[in-house]
Amino acid sequence: MLPALASGAALRQQGFPAEALAGRVKPAATTGEGTEASQALLQVDGVSLEYRTSERVVRATHRVSFDLYAADRFVLLGPSGCGKSTLLKAVGGFIAPVEGEIRLAGARVEAPGPDRIVVFQEFDQLPPWKTVKQNVVFPLAASRALGRKEAAERAMHYLDKVGLAPFADAYPHQLSGGMKQRVAIARALAMQPRVLLMDEPFAALDALTRRKMQEELLELWDEVRFTLLFVTHSIEEALVVGNRIALLSPHPGRMRAEINSHDFHLGSLGSAAFQAAAQRIHRLLFEEEERHATP
Amino acid sequence: MSRLLPPPVRPEYERGLPPFHEVPLERVLPWTARIWAQGWLRRALILSALALAWEAAARWQDNDLLLPTFTATMKALAEGVATGELIDRVRISLNVLLQGYAAGVVLAFALTTLAVSTQLGRDLLNTLTSMFNPLPAIALLPLALLWFGLGRGSLVFVLIHSVLWPLALNTYAGFQGVPETLRMAGRNYGLRGVRYVAQILVPAALPAILSGLKIGWAFAWRTLIAAELVFGASSGKGGLGWYIFQNRNELYTDRVFAGLVMVVLIGLLVESLGFATLERLTVRRWGQQR
Repeated sequence: MLPALASGAALRQQGFPAEALAGRVKPAATTGEGTEASQALLQVDGVSLEYRTSERVVRATHRVSFDLYAADRFVLLGPSGCGKSTLLKAVGGFIAPVEGEIRLAGARVEAPGPDRIVVFQEFDQLPPWKTVKQNVVFPLAASRALGRKEAAERAMHYLDKVGLAPFADAYPHQLSGGMKQRVAIARALAMQPRVLLMDEPFAALDALTRRKMQEELLELWDEVRFTLLFVTHSIEEALVVGNRIALLSPHPGRMRAEINSHDFHLGSLGSAAFQAAAQRIHRLLFEEEERHATP
Repeated sequence: MSRLLPPPVRPEYERGLPPFHEVPLERVLPWTARIWAQGWLRRALILSALALAWEAAARWQDNDLLLPTFTATMKALAEGVATGELIDRVRISLNVLLQGYAAGVVLAFALTTLAVSTQLGRDLLNTLTSMFNPLPAIALLPLALLWFGLGRGSLVFVLIHSVLWPLALNTYAGFQGVPETLRMAGRNYGLRGVRYVAQILVPAALPAILSGLKIGWAFAWRTLIAAELVFGASSGKGGLGWYIFQNRNELYTDRVFAGLVMVVLIGLLVESLGFATLERLTVRRWGQQR
């Protein structure tokens, strides 16, 4: 097991030359030098978050920092209770940090806004009184981003991309869970946000649908090259979806590691390198706990 | 304690599936089932059964003063409509009713919008509804007469009172039941203030708001008829309640019943045409209500 881990680590150290093989070549952003993209798009800088219950104030994350570059697929991974969803909501502007700050293109994030569209895990994020098409048009109209006609055109364009154009006039309650998430993704993409935030978007789906949705998300990324911040508690999903993974420790959430995963895609599931990476993440996430548990 | 044998290893198989034609994929329901699925037909059946029971009971009782027959009542109703008297009374009642109802609805929305946006508004709504909701509107009538005089003003006042509190309570409960994810989605789109209430909270809480509107409508009707019975005509123009009261005094029991039937008919009409249509076009279509 140890040699496998070591070789896995060695593989990842080599990093960039292998990415051409993966078929998803990232722009120069990740190398972080010499281009105009070297400035991080989203900066989470020493952010501590707290939430309040009726009796106490609980620290969810403690001085978390990470940077997102344009066209990143950045994954926040951690066990439940590591504050990753809270962190995503803070980036969304729903929660204010008690310490540190979040900057989007240099400007401080203070309130929710249409430049950071969230795809939630729950299916009830789609207003049930709007058809599929109206649901995609709604944020465009609400934020007054586009005129009626352009909004309708763009909505149909992205609905077509997620394969739901034939269901444009259906209501959300007539759709399956996977289709509802596709609508939510189309809605988010149609807004063309600076950063797309996804809070365990596939967690409530069955395993087969989830696999298909991951595949489609990556295809969409290949086409549109959006910037993605993705929260998950599945190591496998993190490796497949992300190009860079931030590992958070639980109670409170602190940065444990940042790992590159741009080499992996759905086709590399089960390969030795993939297994090694998964085991490395597992070790990073749980080793400490075990050490504390068995002194 | 014998251990189970391992299950036998069975041969595998694969089948090519030809297109499916053996049985039709869809079938039409038999006509009886389709007719029975019509809501209006089932309700019409219930209504005719009730009318039949009424007719039978009245004939057996055989006392026109206490309980006129269904046919006699219908005759009185037809006469009242034909002479235009009943229609006039209904118009007067509905006119006042709609004024009070509309004012109550507007006030209820103002109060609940205040309640969802500020803590003080919430406390205000809670205190006011717990104080005034249990207070019967009729009990306020003497006071209203004192303040607004014998006339439309006092009627509208008690109507507002009867609509405002139940509707505000229902609407607020509906707002509170809006899922957190939907709220965040709305804020995510950049909606806030009145636009947020109008575009997210109101449609999401529509099932509760509609039931509040229905309850408010029924309360308003009741209050109006009762108020007219208590203080009768205002400036020589009485409504439906006054019609009932007058005819009871003159012992035209069939006309009393005709007046009551009119109240029921209007109630049925508003329910089945107004609210049912509204529900079919909104909450049912959106899958918020079955």
